[in-house]
Amino acid sequence: MTDADIITFIRHEARLLDEQRFDEWLDLFTDDGRYWMPLDPAQTDWKLQQSLYSEDVFLLRLRSARLKSAKTYSQKPKSRCHHLLQTPEIDRRDGGISTWTAFHYLETRLDEQTLYAGWSRHSLVEMDGKLRILLKRIDLVNPDSAFGGIQLFM
Amino acid sequence: MIDAAQISALVRDGEVHRDVYTSAAVFDHEMTHLFAATWVFVGHASQIPAVGDFTTTTIGVAPVVMVRHTDQTIHVLHNRCPHKGTRVANDPCGNTGRFFRCPYHAWSFRTDGSVAAIPLPTGYAQTPFKQSEAAGGMRPVGAVHVYRDFVFAQLNTDGISFADYFGPSLSSIDNMVDRSPDGKLEVAGGVLRYMHRCNWKMLVENLTDTCHPMVAHESSAGTAIAMGQALPGKHPAVEIYAPFMSPYAFYEGMGIRVWPNGHGHTGVHGSIHSDYSAVPGYFDQMVGAYGEDRAKAILDESRHNTVYFPNMTMKGPIQSLRIFKPIAADRTLVESWTFRLVGAPNQLLERTIMYSRLINAPTSPVGHDDQEMYERAQDSLQSDSNPWVNMQRLLDPDETDGTAEVNGTSERQMRNQFRAWQRFMTEAS
Ligand code: FES
Ligand SMILES: [Fe+2]
Repeated sequence: MTDADIITFIRHEARLLDEQRFDEWLDLFTDDGRYWMPLDPAQTDWKLQQSLYSEDVFLLRLRSARLKSAKTYSQKPKSRCHHLLQTPEIDRRDGGISTWTAFHYLETRLDEQTLYAGWSRHSLVEMDGKLRILLKRIDLVNPDSAFGGIQLFM
Repeated sequence: MIDAAQISALVRDGEVHRDVYTSAAVFDHEMTHLFAATWVFVGHASQIPAVGDFTTTTIGVAPVVMVRHTDQTIHVLHNRCPHKGTRVANDPCGNTGRFFRCPYHAWSFRTDGSVAAIPLPTGYAQTPFKQSEAAGGMRPVGAVHVYRDFVFAQLNTDGISFADYFGPSLSSIDNMVDRSPDGKLEVAGGVLRYMHRCNWKMLVENLTDTCHPMVAHESSAGTAIAMGQALPGKHPAVEIYAPFMSPYAFYEGMGIRVWPNGHGHTGVHGSIHSDYSAVPGYFDQMVGAYGEDRAKAILDESRHNTVYFPNMTMKGPIQSLRIFKPIAADRTLVESWTFRLVGAPNQLLERTIMYSRLINAPTSPVGHDDQEMYERAQDSLQSDSNPWVNMQRLLDPDETDGTAEVNGTSERQMRNQFRAWQRFMTEAS
């Protein structure tokens, strides 16, 4: 796995989200993978401290199924999203891979659009020659702000 | 400006005029009358254990600070410098020591609000400063009452007393506190803040709206049930989501109890929170603290949502509360707080944190389901085709605003809120 392979993987992940190819995106996670957005940048725990997201793969699958459901009225009309990533930095290569990626994320729904900015940290493992996500931790620049609905994935 | 007769005409038996949700004049009147005359939740004593600890919040739109005074009592002050109006305490929470110091010209105040010092005081020596409004310092609110560590404040002086205002509704706070083997709660886990583009009352009304979960939340809860069936075990999120799909008959049987002054709760006979898995060790701790009969009685009470009129609601069985902070007629900030039951296992804190995240966060699918309905209503109430909103379901022509227990799908509690609303909005202050 070269540095370029890792960077390509992170970019591809964002593309899957922007194109709402959620099934392919979910397949990037390990079975015990987690998608986590803490409320506090110093947070180390998702059980006894609140988070904006703390999703295992089941909850991610549930969200993705809900987004497609005919009775999901908050998706009539549908939301769209756009990721703009800085080139990921590879923080660690030995005993697991860690990356750090600054991003801007835009979520829109008809006439409304909201910009979020932050940093995602991926913990990746190599399985059967492919990279998989153990943990995607997203720290917003302003996790303590009051937000309206955030319906898609950063 | 809007007068009492105009306000009164907005509420009929079983119908309210859309202006209660959309009118800026009605909103302003709520701030000066309703939120001034009622007892509003401002915080919890566990947030400010030490002298000088404070939290900032709002009563209606009025900024206030709750602070632990040097004599250990809790004071609630208008968070406004008497000099030029600058907000004195600016952080959500902190410790100010024995004094607040205004950052603009360094006037300082004791934590009961009285003026401690003003720089260059000779400048006021020849003036009638002592008779000025400013000499009163940071004004305390009209009244403060701490009930089992829950801090409520009333802006008006000489308004309805705390005991008369809440009466039997305090039993829901009692039950939440009694669920701690030590009889003590602590705010824990962090606060979720969720902005809504709708009137604050729509959110409060939703809390006892038992005819919406199986409809509006089908996409979230129904999908959770369907997907949960494919799992080998029971996912804790499915346990939280699934009861939302309970049929009408379940909600009818749950019952609603209303109390005077706009308070009330769903879940008189069990609720969607009744069948959560037992947390190992907890029941034994409760029996040790209270004896078996009392422990069972505390835990068998499974109230769903209790509305503390006007804008706080709580869930005893999962130790959480929500505050619906009015910002404008069409803008409301929802805060979701979670509590640790002191002396109980951490799994209970973990569960309430998960519940709030799944149901009440800006990222929560159930939150999105509800928010969509409120915001669509806020927009479409602009239609002049019909200016009335209906809340007539199971209306009893002899209804009063006294205590009553009714069918769980009644809109009685919404009507109860509006009867109190009409009264507090039109009483002379
Ligand atoms: S405004 Fe506060 S000291 Fe002047
Ligand atoms: Fe709901």
